Order: sequence, then structure tokens, then C-alpha cells
Amino acid sequence: MSLTLSEVQHIANLARLELSEEEIARYREQLSAILDYAARLQSVETSQTPALVSASADHLPLREDKVRPGLEIQAALRNAPQSEECQFRVPPVLE
Amino acid sequence: MPAPETLSIFDMLAGLRRGDFSSVELTRACLARIERLEPALHTLITYTPELALRAAAEADRRYLEWRRDDPSATWMLPALLGVPLMVKDVLCLENVRCTCGSKILENFSAPFTATPVQRLLQAGMVVAGKTNTDEFAMGSSTENSAYGPSRNPWDTSRVPGGSSGGSASAVAARLVPAALGSDTGGSVRQPASFCGITGIKPTYGRVSRYGLVAYGSSLDAVGVFAASVAETALVFASMAGHDPLDSTSANLPVPSISLTSDPSLKGLRVGVPQEYFISGIQPAVEAKVREAIAQLEALGASVQAVSLPHTEYALPVYYLIAPAEASANLARYDGIRFGLREPAEALWDVFKRSRGAGFGSEVKRRIMLGTYALSAGYYDAYYGQAQKVRALIKDDFTRVFEQVDVIACPVAPTTAFRIGEHGDDPLAMYLEDIFTLPANLAGVPGLAFPVGFDEAGLPVGMQLMGPHFKEETLFRAAHAYQQVTGWHKQHPAL
Repeated sequence: MSLTLSEVQHIANLARLELSEEEIARYREQLSAILDYAARLQSVETSQTPALVSASADHLPLREDKVRPGLEIQAALRNAPQSEECQFRVPPVLE
Repeated sequence: MPAPETLSIFDMLAGLRRGDFSSVELTRACLARIERLEPALHTLITYTPELALRAAAEADRRYLEWRRDDPSATWMLPALLGVPLMVKDVLCLENVRCTCGSKILENFSAPFTATPVQRLLQAGMVVAGKTNTDEFAMGSSTENSAYGPSRNPWDTSRVPGGSSGGSASAVAARLVPAALGSDTGGSVRQPASFCGITGIKPTYGRVSRYGLVAYGSSLDAVGVFAASVAETALVFASMAGHDPLDSTSANLPVPSISLTSDPSLKGLRVGVPQEYFISGIQPAVEAKVREAIAQLEALGASVQAVSLPHTEYALPVYYLIAPAEASANLARYDGIRFGLREPAEALWDVFKRSRGAGFGSEVKRRIMLGTYALSAGYYDAYYGQAQKVRALIKDDFTRVFEQVDVIACPVAPTTAFRIGEHGDDPLAMYLEDIFTLPANLAGVPGLAFPVGFDEAGLPVGMQLMGPHFKEETLFRAAHAYQQVTGWHKQHPAL
């Protein structure tokens, strides 16, 4: 299969990635090749096979739903690109 | 103080207990070796000598107390007190930066310590630095690190493998006796093989992932490198076990791993899967692995052919599932709470520009691939079908482990390749992982260890895989092999 440039641009938008035209062209070629390779999975008979979502399902413990201490506010803000008082500062979300 | 590169972890612990040298002396000797060889190898992203010397001084204080109070009570000493360690830069260590080999986290200072690292700190280990990795552990060579590639100490024009290549290079060069890595598709085992050392990818859920920066959450495992199996097992045992902070951590006891000097493998059933000896495999790799299997047989193991018929699908399954999980996990890098922010007028543009500028090309490629595989209209055909075939791959292992105790096979189809050799051909690079991916998909443990050299003098590794939570069986078999061979004692000339 071959992806179109606009399909690649659409995926980049979904992934919130700003890509150059050169990157769009390159990823179009490379993703098409990888998806071609992955197409061999379509021939595997799986109509009776349930999807495997975890390699450890047999041993997954459930924890009690109890409040426990988390990251302190100052520690959480320490890596913020911009913060003010106890909050992350961001550009306007609404006009 | 003997040269640190001549000492095993056991030698170090014995010397520290006897008082032949202090942890500060040992650590200073390792730091001097790091400073001498680092320009040639580039194993580290962040070097932490002050932190190491503080931890070493604390270890010495504890040895002093023990010697003064009750020198007969060695059980009171933490298991690895005063022994140097390096940590792959995808595992958090509080107040030290954690870059994941990415520009997007260049200035990120970890607010807490990962559980496996915390346990090794409690066991007394001394962290000398954070090691180089392919960006977000996506790669097989460290060439995808935003901080430049690490080099293989056996031939510095070659890669050490990846993604945990900095850790493998450092242990192979004996800068430190042990290092932590992470393995999502082979990122501990393949660099162990390329660098001629031992490396374990534990069972999924055996070692906590808390504080490991997520890549493919259903596949990620924290592993260890050391020169020998016995040293690897010692460090593994100190960090394994249940952690309530990781919801996928198995609530099972970790057996104490007892390795004896008796190399008999009588009763051990070894399976050799035909699907792992394909055309295209480097002849020296196949030859050395077959010799090692013969050695296991000579030690008393019974060897039989087995079949894992869905092996050929592991690569396409992995390269849909891992990128899909990565595309979700890496959504957190949005320039808001931490990491790089590229300024823009609108919030939407902050996301796009920060991610576009902060991620390297392999990370973007996998985010794109994963986003596509999860997108409306393609989910069932790609991600859904991959999960079903993943179930078939896991079933293959379940069936084979009814017949045998371990599976023996190559780690990688080749020995270490040259830096730049795979250029910008992602599929060629992905093929490096064909023998290691299945263990991650099935969640079973895999152990890589050296079994010889190719004609260019580059190490060849063998992989043993076992049933879930049977790391001990792998350690015992490989330890028996190392009792009668000397490949793990070979050092690169540096």
C-alpha cells in the first residue's frame, strides 16, 4: 500500500507533530514500506483467537482503592516550562 | 587497590568486607577509569561522581559500624554495599536529570527514584552515572540518541547495540561491574550479545516498572548487565519482586537464586527452535551458538528440536503494538508540565511545535506508525489483528515449555555492525530484533551471555528463554556453561 501525503499529514495532526515537508515525504515512503511488511499479518487465521492485551494477565493484582500520598506541588512544578504560584502557565485555550 | 577492571562483584564485596580497600577507593578507581575511557566510548549522558562518592562514603561508614559492632554478622550487611553501578537514562533517580536520550527531556530533573534503582540503592550500590540510550529506548544501536552514539569497546568503529548500549559498553569495558538497562524488544539482550557480556530481560512483571519512563507498557522490562551470570543474578535478585506502585508487578515471591560450582545439567531439557536458525544469519553466529548448545549437552542436558511456528510474525506484530503503545505513552510530552516547550500563540501550536522540535526522527516515525495503527478505520486491521497474532505467539511458547525447560537460540542474527551501516533504513534496523522480540511479546524471561567470537574478533551471544518467572532455570544453565568456559572472562583491549 502507499499512503498519500495528505494521509501522512492527517496522522501527524492526530499525533500533534509539526513536520517539515521533507519529513512528510520521507515518512510517507518509510511508513508505506513498514505497513507493507506488516500486511503479512492479514493472512494469519485468527477468527477464534482472542486478542492478547497483556503478557501477565494471570497474575495481575488489584489494589485497594485507597488515597495515598503523591507528588508534592513544588516537586510537580519544578520541571514546568512556565509556572505561576501553584499552577502551570499555558497559552490561552479559548479566544 | 587492585585495578577495578580485574575485580568481579564478588571480589569487590570480599575486599570491602576484609577491609582491603574502601568503597571510596574502589569508586575513585572506577571514576578514574570512566574518565580515561569515556572520550572513546561515550557510555554516559550524565556523569554523577559527587553522588557516587557520597554514597561510597556512606557505604564505608556502614562497613566501619559493622566491623566495630559484630563482624560475624555479615547477614546484616546490605547485599551489594559499596559496589559501583550505572543506570540507563530511562530510569528515574531523584534530583538527577533523566533525558531518555531525547532533547525533549534535556533539562528534566527526576522528582522521584524508580523502584528497581531504589532497591539497589538500599542494597548499597553506588551510582556513577546515567547511561546513553537510543531516544526513548527506540533503537538497536544507540545511534538514535540525541547525545550521539556510544561505541563498542571491542571495536570503537562499531555500535554497542541498543537501546541500552551505554550500559553494555560500560560493563564490557569494566568501567563499572554492573549496569541497569530496559528491554522492550531486545534492548538488554542484543547489546549484551554485541559487547560480550551477560544480560537478563526478566519475566514481564518480575521487576517493577515504577519510575521507568514508559515506551511499550505491555512489553517493557527492567534488566541488568554484568560480566558473568552469577553477578547478573545477584543484582537481579536485589531488585526483583512485587511493588504496589506498579499495577502489573507480579505478587509472587522471588526465589533465592543459588548457583553452585557443580556444572552438571543432568535432567535439563533444552529446546532448539528451527525458526531461529534462518538463512541470512551470520555463519559465525550460528556456528558458535550450535557449539554452545553442544556444550550444554556435554554437561548433561538433553537437547531436542522444537518449533515456534509463529516466529516470523513477531516482527510485524511488535512493530504495530510497540509503536501503538508508544504513541499513547509519548502523548504526555506536550510542553506543558515538563520538558521542552516551543512558544506559540495558541495551545495547539505549543503541542505541535514542542513535539516536532523535541523528538528525533525514529521517535516521530514510531509515533506516526502507532497513531496510524490505532486510528479510526485501521484499528481492527492493524492493532487488533496484531494483538491476536500476539496471542498465537504466546501460545507457541506455552506449548514448547510443556516439552522443554529452556529454549536456546541466537540473540541477534549478526555481531556488532558499524556505526552508520544501516543508515536511514528503519526496516533493516528492525530486523536486528527478530530473535529477541518474541520473549517480550510472550512476557517470558530471556538471558543473553557470550559464547565465542566471530572471525573479526567480535563477541557472539546466545539466548536462553524460559517459562514465566523461571529466571532461576536460565541462570543455572548459563552459570553451568560459564563454569566450564571462559568467554565471559575475556576483556577488550583498551
